[in-house]
Amino acid sequence: MIFPFESLSDERRALGLAVAVPVGIAFGFVLERSGFGSSRKLVGQFYGTDMTVLKVMFTAIVTAMLGMVILSGAGVFDMSAAQFNYPTFLWPMVFGGLLLGVGFITSGWCPGTSLVGVASGKLDGVATVGGVILGGLLYAEVEPKLGAFPNSGKLGTFTLPQLLHLPPPVVAALVVAIAVGAFLGGEKVEQLVTGTQPAEPPTVRRRVFYALGALAVVALVTLALPTPPPSSDF
Amino acid sequence: MRDPNRFWNPYLGGVALGLVLLAAFLVMGKGLGASGATFRTGVWAVNAVAPAHVANVPAMSAVTEENHPLNDWLVFEVVGVLIGGAIGALTSGRFGRELTKGPTFSSGGRVALAIAGGVMMGFAAKLTRGCTSGQALSGGAVLSVGSWAFMFSVFAGGYAAAWFNRRQWR
Repeated sequence: MIFPFESLSDERRALGLAVAVPVGIAFGFVLERSGFGSSRKLVGQFYGTDMTVLKVMFTAIVTAMLGMVILSGAGVFDMSAAQFNYPTFLWPMVFGGLLLGVGFITSGWCPGTSLVGVASGKLDGVATVGGVILGGLLYAEVEPKLGAFPNSGKLGTFTLPQLLHLPPPVVAALVVAIAVGAFLGGEKVEQLVTGTQPAEPPTVRRRVFYALGALAVVALVTLALPTPPPSSDF
Repeated sequence: MRDPNRFWNPYLGGVALGLVLLAAFLVMGKGLGASGATFRTGVWAVNAVAPAHVANVPAMSAVTEENHPLNDWLVFEVVGVLIGGAIGALTSGRFGRELTKGPTFSSGGRVALAIAGGVMMGFAAKLTRGCTSGQALSGGAVLSVGSWAFMFSVFAGGYAAAWFNRRQWR
Protein backbone atom coordinates (compact mmCIF):
# COMPACT_ATOMS: atom_id res chain seq x y z
CA MET A 1 0.00 0.00 0.00
CA ILE A 2 1.27 3.44 -0.93
CA PHE A 3 -1.76 5.51 0.06
CA PRO A 4 -2.86 7.05 2.32
CA PHE A 5 0.30 8.83 3.47
CA GLU A 6 -1.44 9.60 6.76
CA SER A 7 0.05 13.00 7.14
CA LEU A 8 -1.36 13.38 10.63
CA SER A 9 1.17 10.99 12.11
CA ASP A 10 3.54 13.07 14.21
CA GLU A 11 6.56 13.24 11.92
CA ARG A 12 4.42 14.18 8.93
CA ARG A 13 2.18 16.61 10.76
CA ALA A 14 3.87 19.74 9.44
CA LEU A 15 3.57 18.40 5.88
CA GLY A 16 -0.09 17.58 6.45
CA LEU A 17 -0.89 21.06 7.73
CA ALA A 18 0.94 22.57 4.76
CA VAL A 19 -1.11 20.42 2.37
CA ALA A 20 -4.35 21.36 4.16
CA VAL A 21 -4.26 24.97 2.96
CA PRO A 22 -4.02 24.30 -0.82
CA VAL A 23 -6.57 21.48 -0.49
CA GLY A 24 -8.89 23.95 1.25
CA ILE A 25 -8.26 26.61 -1.39
CA ALA A 26 -9.22 24.15 -4.13
CA PHE A 27 -12.28 23.08 -2.10
CA GLY A 28 -13.46 26.67 -1.56
CA PHE A 29 -12.79 27.70 -5.17
CA VAL A 30 -14.68 24.74 -6.64
CA LEU A 31 -17.64 25.32 -4.30
CA GLU A 32 -17.77 29.01 -5.27
CA ARG A 33 -17.52 28.32 -9.00
CA SER A 34 -20.28 25.72 -8.70
CA GLY A 35 -22.59 28.37 -7.25
CA PHE A 36 -22.38 27.39 -3.57
CA GLY A 37 -21.53 30.94 -2.49
CA SER A 38 -25.21 31.78 -2.95
CA SER A 39 -27.87 30.67 -0.48
CA ARG A 40 -30.54 31.34 -3.10
CA LYS A 41 -28.93 28.80 -5.44
CA LEU A 42 -28.43 26.27 -2.62
CA VAL A 43 -32.06 26.33 -1.47
CA GLY A 44 -33.24 25.84 -5.07
CA GLN A 45 -32.52 22.17 -4.39
CA PHE A 46 -35.42 22.03 -1.93
CA TYR A 47 -37.91 23.85 -4.16
CA GLY A 48 -37.14 21.84 -7.28
CA THR A 49 -35.96 24.91 -9.19
CA ASP A 50 -32.22 24.22 -9.16
CA MET A 51 -30.75 20.77 -8.51
CA THR A 52 -27.13 21.96 -8.48
CA VAL A 53 -26.56 20.62 -4.95
CA LEU A 54 -27.58 17.11 -5.98
CA LYS A 55 -25.56 17.22 -9.19
CA VAL A 56 -22.32 18.60 -7.73
CA MET A 57 -22.40 16.61 -4.50
CA PHE A 58 -23.38 13.26 -5.99
CA THR A 59 -20.90 13.62 -8.90
CA ALA A 60 -18.16 14.43 -6.39
CA ILE A 61 -19.01 11.41 -4.23
CA VAL A 62 -19.07 9.12 -7.26
CA THR A 63 -15.78 10.51 -8.63
CA ALA A 64 -13.86 10.13 -5.36
CA MET A 65 -15.48 6.73 -4.70
CA LEU A 66 -14.45 5.38 -8.12
CA GLY A 67 -10.91 6.68 -7.65
CA MET A 68 -10.57 4.99 -4.27
CA VAL A 69 -12.23 1.72 -5.33
CA ILE A 70 -9.99 1.45 -8.43
CA LEU A 71 -6.78 2.32 -6.54
CA SER A 72 -7.81 -0.07 -3.79
CA GLY A 73 -8.50 -2.80 -6.35
CA ALA A 74 -5.07 -2.16 -7.87
CA GLY A 75 -3.53 -2.60 -4.42
CA VAL A 76 -2.11 0.90 -3.97
CA PHE A 77 -4.74 2.36 -1.60
CA ASP A 78 -5.90 0.97 1.71
CA MET A 79 -9.59 1.88 1.59
CA SER A 80 -10.32 0.21 4.94
CA ALA A 81 -7.96 2.72 6.60
CA ALA A 82 -10.10 5.54 5.20
CA GLN A 83 -13.34 3.78 6.14
CA PHE A 84 -12.07 3.36 9.69
CA ASN A 85 -12.40 7.15 10.07
CA TYR A 86 -16.13 7.04 9.28
CA PRO A 87 -17.77 4.74 11.84
CA THR A 88 -21.54 4.40 11.88
CA PHE A 89 -23.67 5.56 14.81
CA LEU A 90 -27.03 5.11 13.14
CA TRP A 91 -29.54 6.90 15.40
CA PRO A 92 -27.65 10.14 16.08
CA MET A 93 -26.77 10.26 12.37
CA VAL A 94 -30.40 9.85 11.26
CA PHE A 95 -31.79 12.28 13.84
CA GLY A 96 -28.92 14.75 13.45
CA GLY A 97 -29.26 14.54 9.67
CA LEU A 98 -32.91 15.55 9.87
CA LEU A 99 -32.04 18.46 12.17
CA LEU A 100 -29.18 19.53 9.92
CA GLY A 101 -31.50 19.42 6.90
CA VAL A 102 -34.02 21.67 8.66
CA GLY A 103 -31.16 24.00 9.61
CA PHE A 104 -29.97 23.99 5.98
CA ILE A 105 -33.29 25.18 4.55
CA THR A 106 -33.84 27.60 7.46
CA SER A 107 -30.45 29.29 7.11
CA GLY A 108 -30.01 28.76 3.37
CA TRP A 109 -26.55 27.24 3.88
CA CYS A 110 -24.81 24.13 5.10
CA PRO A 111 -21.83 24.56 7.47
CA GLY A 112 -19.23 24.32 4.66
CA THR A 113 -20.96 26.52 2.12
CA SER A 114 -21.68 29.17 4.79
CA LEU A 115 -17.90 29.68 4.93
CA VAL A 116 -17.88 30.26 1.16
CA GLY A 117 -20.73 32.70 1.76
CA VAL A 118 -18.58 34.60 4.27
CA ALA A 119 -15.72 34.63 1.74
CA SER A 120 -18.15 36.04 -0.86
CA GLY A 121 -19.32 38.86 1.45
CA LYS A 122 -22.78 37.39 2.10
CA LEU A 123 -24.20 38.65 5.41
CA ASP A 124 -26.59 35.69 5.74
CA GLY A 125 -23.48 33.49 5.48
CA VAL A 126 -21.84 35.40 8.33
CA ALA A 127 -24.99 35.02 10.46
CA THR A 128 -25.10 31.29 9.71
CA VAL A 129 -21.44 30.75 10.66
CA GLY A 130 -22.15 32.54 13.94
CA GLY A 131 -25.11 30.23 14.47
CA VAL A 132 -23.04 27.12 13.71
CA ILE A 133 -20.49 28.20 16.32
CA LEU A 134 -23.24 28.78 18.91
CA GLY A 135 -24.91 25.46 18.04
CA GLY A 136 -21.68 23.51 18.50
CA LEU A 137 -21.05 25.13 21.87
CA LEU A 138 -24.67 24.49 22.87
CA TYR A 139 -24.19 20.81 22.00
CA ALA A 140 -21.05 20.65 24.12
CA GLU A 141 -22.98 22.10 27.09
CA VAL A 142 -25.92 19.69 26.87
CA GLU A 143 -24.00 16.58 25.74
CA PRO A 144 -23.66 15.15 29.27
CA LYS A 145 -27.48 15.25 29.53
CA LEU A 146 -28.00 13.34 26.26
CA GLY A 147 -26.93 10.10 27.92
CA ALA A 148 -26.24 7.21 25.58
CA PHE A 149 -28.01 8.68 22.54
CA PRO A 150 -24.93 10.15 20.77
CA ASN A 151 -23.39 6.66 20.74
CA SER A 152 -26.57 4.71 19.96
CA GLY A 153 -26.93 2.49 16.91
CA LYS A 154 -23.19 1.89 17.02
CA LEU A 155 -22.18 -0.35 14.13
CA GLY A 156 -18.47 0.55 14.00
CA THR A 157 -16.85 0.61 10.58
CA PHE A 158 -19.81 -0.60 8.56
CA THR A 159 -19.90 -0.10 4.80
CA LEU A 160 -22.42 -0.57 2.00
CA PRO A 161 -20.40 -3.52 0.58
CA GLN A 162 -20.69 -5.22 3.99
CA LEU A 163 -24.40 -4.38 4.26
CA LEU A 164 -25.20 -5.69 0.77
CA HIS A 165 -22.67 -8.57 0.83
CA LEU A 166 -21.24 -7.40 -2.49
CA PRO A 167 -17.66 -6.56 -3.52
CA PRO A 168 -16.87 -2.80 -3.43
CA PRO A 169 -16.56 -2.47 -7.27
CA VAL A 170 -20.07 -3.91 -7.72
CA VAL A 171 -21.46 -1.48 -5.13
CA ALA A 172 -19.55 1.35 -6.85
CA ALA A 173 -21.12 0.44 -10.21
CA LEU A 174 -24.58 0.38 -8.59
CA VAL A 175 -23.96 3.80 -7.02
CA VAL A 176 -22.95 5.19 -10.43
CA ALA A 177 -26.17 3.81 -11.96
CA ILE A 178 -28.27 5.30 -9.14
CA ALA A 179 -26.46 8.64 -9.47
CA VAL A 180 -27.10 8.89 -13.22
CA GLY A 181 -30.74 7.98 -12.59
CA ALA A 182 -30.96 10.68 -9.90
CA PHE A 183 -29.37 13.25 -12.24
CA LEU A 184 -31.84 12.53 -15.04
CA GLY A 185 -34.73 12.55 -12.55
CA GLY A 186 -33.46 15.80 -11.02
CA GLU A 187 -33.32 17.48 -14.41
CA LYS A 188 -36.85 16.29 -15.13
CA VAL A 189 -38.02 17.91 -11.87
CA GLU A 190 -36.21 21.16 -12.79
CA GLN A 191 -37.95 21.21 -16.16
CA LEU A 192 -41.37 20.50 -14.66
CA VAL A 193 -41.03 23.13 -11.91
CA THR A 194 -39.43 25.94 -13.91
CA GLY A 195 -40.97 25.10 -17.29
CA THR A 196 -37.59 25.57 -19.02
CA GLN A 197 -34.92 23.38 -20.54
CA PRO A 198 -31.71 22.73 -18.57
CA ALA A 199 -29.06 25.40 -19.02
CA GLU A 200 -26.19 22.90 -19.16
CA PRO A 201 -25.11 21.72 -22.61
CA PRO A 202 -26.08 18.04 -22.90
CA THR A 203 -22.76 17.14 -24.56
CA VAL A 204 -20.76 17.92 -21.39
CA ARG A 205 -23.22 15.99 -19.28
CA ARG A 206 -23.12 13.01 -21.61
CA ARG A 207 -19.31 12.95 -21.56
CA VAL A 208 -19.22 13.02 -17.76
CA PHE A 209 -21.78 10.20 -17.57
CA TYR A 210 -19.79 8.10 -20.05
CA ALA A 211 -16.55 8.76 -18.19
CA LEU A 212 -18.09 7.71 -14.85
CA GLY A 213 -19.55 4.61 -16.52
CA ALA A 214 -16.16 3.74 -18.02
CA LEU A 215 -14.49 4.14 -14.62
CA ALA A 216 -17.14 1.87 -13.09
CA VAL A 217 -16.17 -0.76 -15.67
CA VAL A 218 -12.49 -0.28 -14.78
CA ALA A 219 -13.42 -0.77 -11.11
CA LEU A 220 -15.20 -4.03 -12.02
CA VAL A 221 -12.14 -5.18 -13.99
CA THR A 222 -10.00 -4.87 -10.83
CA LEU A 223 -12.05 -7.78 -9.46
CA ALA A 224 -10.21 -10.00 -11.96
CA LEU A 225 -6.80 -8.92 -10.61
CA PRO A 226 -5.07 -11.31 -8.22
CA THR A 227 -5.84 -9.96 -4.76
CA PRO A 228 -2.87 -9.42 -2.45
CA PRO A 229 -3.51 -10.77 1.05
CA PRO A 230 -5.07 -7.94 3.07
CA SER A 231 -2.37 -6.24 5.12
CA SER A 232 -4.78 -5.19 7.83
CA ASP A 233 -8.30 -6.38 8.37
CA PHE A 234 -10.53 -4.12 10.40
CA MET B 1 -16.42 38.90 -19.79
CA ARG B 2 -17.08 38.38 -16.07
CA ASP B 3 -20.62 37.20 -15.65
CA PRO B 4 -21.78 36.75 -12.03
CA ASN B 5 -24.60 34.50 -13.23
CA ARG B 6 -22.29 32.09 -14.98
CA PHE B 7 -21.34 28.98 -13.04
CA TRP B 8 -19.39 25.87 -13.89
CA ASN B 9 -21.32 23.01 -15.40
CA PRO B 10 -22.49 21.21 -12.23
CA TYR B 11 -21.25 17.82 -13.40
CA LEU B 12 -17.78 19.19 -14.18
CA GLY B 13 -17.83 21.05 -10.86
CA GLY B 14 -18.72 17.75 -9.22
CA VAL B 15 -15.81 15.96 -10.91
CA ALA B 16 -13.45 18.76 -9.78
CA LEU B 17 -14.77 18.54 -6.22
CA GLY B 18 -14.44 14.75 -6.34
CA LEU B 19 -10.79 15.03 -7.37
CA VAL B 20 -10.08 17.43 -4.47
CA LEU B 21 -11.81 14.96 -2.16
CA LEU B 22 -9.83 12.05 -3.61
CA ALA B 23 -6.58 13.97 -3.10
CA ALA B 24 -7.48 14.55 0.56
CA PHE B 25 -8.15 10.84 1.03
CA LEU B 26 -4.92 9.77 -0.68
CA VAL B 27 -2.79 12.13 1.40
CA MET B 28 -4.65 12.11 4.70
CA GLY B 29 -6.76 8.96 4.74
CA LYS B 30 -9.57 11.41 5.57
CA GLY B 31 -11.81 13.54 3.43
CA LEU B 32 -12.82 17.18 3.63
CA GLY B 33 -14.68 18.95 6.41
CA ALA B 34 -15.98 22.23 7.74
CA SER B 35 -18.09 22.16 10.91
CA GLY B 36 -15.25 20.72 13.02
CA ALA B 37 -13.15 23.81 12.32
CA THR B 38 -16.07 26.14 13.06
CA PHE B 39 -16.58 24.36 16.40
CA ARG B 40 -12.88 24.66 17.26
CA THR B 41 -13.08 28.40 16.58
CA GLY B 42 -15.93 28.64 19.10
CA VAL B 43 -14.04 26.63 21.73
CA TRP B 44 -10.98 28.82 21.16
CA ALA B 45 -13.08 31.93 21.87
CA VAL B 46 -14.64 30.43 25.00
CA ASN B 47 -11.22 29.23 26.16
CA ALA B 48 -9.90 32.79 25.92
CA VAL B 49 -12.48 34.11 28.40
CA ALA B 50 -13.37 31.06 30.52
CA PRO B 51 -10.65 28.35 30.37
CA ALA B 52 -11.91 26.75 33.60
CA HIS B 53 -15.32 26.24 32.01
CA VAL B 54 -13.80 24.64 28.89
CA ALA B 55 -11.89 22.21 31.11
CA ASN B 56 -15.19 21.13 32.70
CA VAL B 57 -17.07 20.45 29.45
CA PRO B 58 -15.92 17.14 27.90
CA ALA B 59 -16.73 18.01 24.27
CA MET B 60 -14.78 21.28 24.61
CA SER B 61 -11.80 19.96 26.53
CA ALA B 62 -11.50 17.18 23.93
CA VAL B 63 -10.17 19.74 21.43
CA THR B 64 -7.98 21.69 23.88
CA GLU B 65 -6.26 18.85 25.72
CA GLU B 66 -3.50 17.90 23.30
CA ASN B 67 -2.92 21.03 21.26
CA HIS B 68 -4.10 24.58 20.83
CA PRO B 69 -7.75 24.23 19.67
CA LEU B 70 -6.88 25.83 16.32
CA ASN B 71 -3.85 23.58 15.74
CA ASP B 72 -5.71 21.08 13.60
CA TRP B 73 -5.71 19.95 9.96
CA LEU B 74 -9.34 20.97 9.52
CA VAL B 75 -8.72 24.54 10.70
CA PHE B 76 -5.91 24.95 8.14
CA GLU B 77 -8.18 23.46 5.46
CA VAL B 78 -10.95 25.93 6.34
CA VAL B 79 -8.51 28.86 6.13
CA GLY B 80 -7.90 27.59 2.60
CA VAL B 81 -11.66 27.38 1.94
CA LEU B 82 -12.02 31.06 2.89
CA ILE B 83 -9.12 32.01 0.59
CA GLY B 84 -10.35 29.82 -2.28
CA GLY B 85 -13.92 31.03 -1.87
CA ALA B 86 -12.80 34.66 -1.90
CA ILE B 87 -10.66 34.09 -5.01
CA GLY B 88 -13.62 32.45 -6.74
CA ALA B 89 -16.00 35.25 -5.78
CA LEU B 90 -13.60 38.08 -6.66
CA THR B 91 -12.66 36.64 -10.07
CA SER B 92 -16.28 35.92 -11.02
CA GLY B 93 -17.72 39.28 -10.03
CA ARG B 94 -19.81 37.65 -7.31
CA PHE B 95 -18.03 39.25 -4.35
CA GLY B 96 -20.12 41.84 -2.61
CA ARG B 97 -21.82 42.72 0.67
CA GLU B 98 -25.31 41.32 0.38
CA LEU B 99 -28.06 39.83 2.50
CA THR B 100 -29.52 37.17 0.24
CA LYS B 101 -33.31 37.01 0.59
CA GLY B 102 -36.54 37.51 -1.28
CA PRO B 103 -37.54 41.17 -1.87
CA THR B 104 -40.61 41.01 0.40
CA PHE B 105 -38.95 39.32 3.40
CA SER B 106 -37.59 41.46 6.23
CA SER B 107 -33.82 41.74 6.72
CA GLY B 108 -34.08 41.22 10.48
CA GLY B 109 -36.17 38.09 9.97
CA ARG B 110 -33.69 36.72 7.44
CA VAL B 111 -30.72 37.27 9.78
CA ALA B 112 -32.64 35.70 12.69
CA LEU B 113 -33.49 32.62 10.62
CA ALA B 114 -29.91 32.33 9.32
CA ILE B 115 -28.65 32.31 12.93
CA ALA B 116 -31.37 29.86 14.02
CA GLY B 117 -30.61 27.50 11.14
CA GLY B 118 -26.91 27.78 11.93
CA VAL B 119 -27.53 26.84 15.59
CA MET B 120 -29.48 23.75 14.46
CA MET B 121 -26.67 22.73 12.10
CA GLY B 122 -23.90 23.38 14.61
CA PHE B 123 -25.70 21.24 17.17
CA ALA B 124 -26.56 18.53 14.63
CA ALA B 125 -23.06 18.33 13.16
CA LYS B 126 -21.62 17.49 16.61
CA LEU B 127 -24.23 14.75 17.02
CA THR B 128 -23.49 13.32 13.57
CA ARG B 129 -19.68 13.66 13.85
CA GLY B 130 -19.53 15.78 10.71
CA CYS B 131 -21.61 17.92 8.40
CA THR B 132 -22.51 17.78 4.73
CA SER B 133 -18.78 17.94 3.91
CA GLY B 134 -17.25 15.82 6.64
CA GLN B 135 -19.94 13.17 6.80
CA ALA B 136 -22.15 13.08 3.67
CA LEU B 137 -19.50 13.92 1.07
CA SER B 138 -16.45 12.26 2.64
CA GLY B 139 -18.06 9.30 4.42
CA GLY B 140 -20.37 8.82 1.43
CA ALA B 141 -17.38 8.42 -0.89
CA VAL B 142 -15.93 5.62 1.27
CA LEU B 143 -19.39 3.98 1.30
CA SER B 144 -19.99 4.27 5.05
CA VAL B 145 -23.56 3.19 5.89
CA GLY B 146 -23.94 5.88 8.56
CA SER B 147 -22.85 8.60 6.15
CA TRP B 148 -25.42 7.52 3.57
CA ALA B 149 -28.16 7.35 6.22
CA PHE B 150 -27.11 10.86 7.30
CA MET B 151 -27.21 12.16 3.72
CA PHE B 152 -30.75 10.91 3.08
CA SER B 153 -31.82 12.39 6.44
CA VAL B 154 -30.41 15.80 5.49
CA PHE B 155 -32.41 15.84 2.25
CA ALA B 156 -35.52 14.57 4.07
CA GLY B 157 -35.20 17.30 6.72
CA GLY B 158 -34.65 19.96 4.07
CA TYR B 159 -37.65 18.96 1.99
CA ALA B 160 -39.84 18.58 5.10
CA ALA B 161 -39.11 22.16 6.22
CA ALA B 162 -38.92 23.80 2.76
CA TRP B 163 -42.59 24.84 2.65
CA PHE B 164 -42.33 26.65 6.01
CA ASN B 165 -39.35 28.66 4.76
CA ARG B 166 -40.66 29.55 1.31
CA ARG B 167 -41.47 33.17 2.22
CA GLN B 168 -37.80 33.89 2.90
CA TRP B 169 -37.03 33.68 -0.79
CA ARG B 170 -40.05 35.51 -2.24
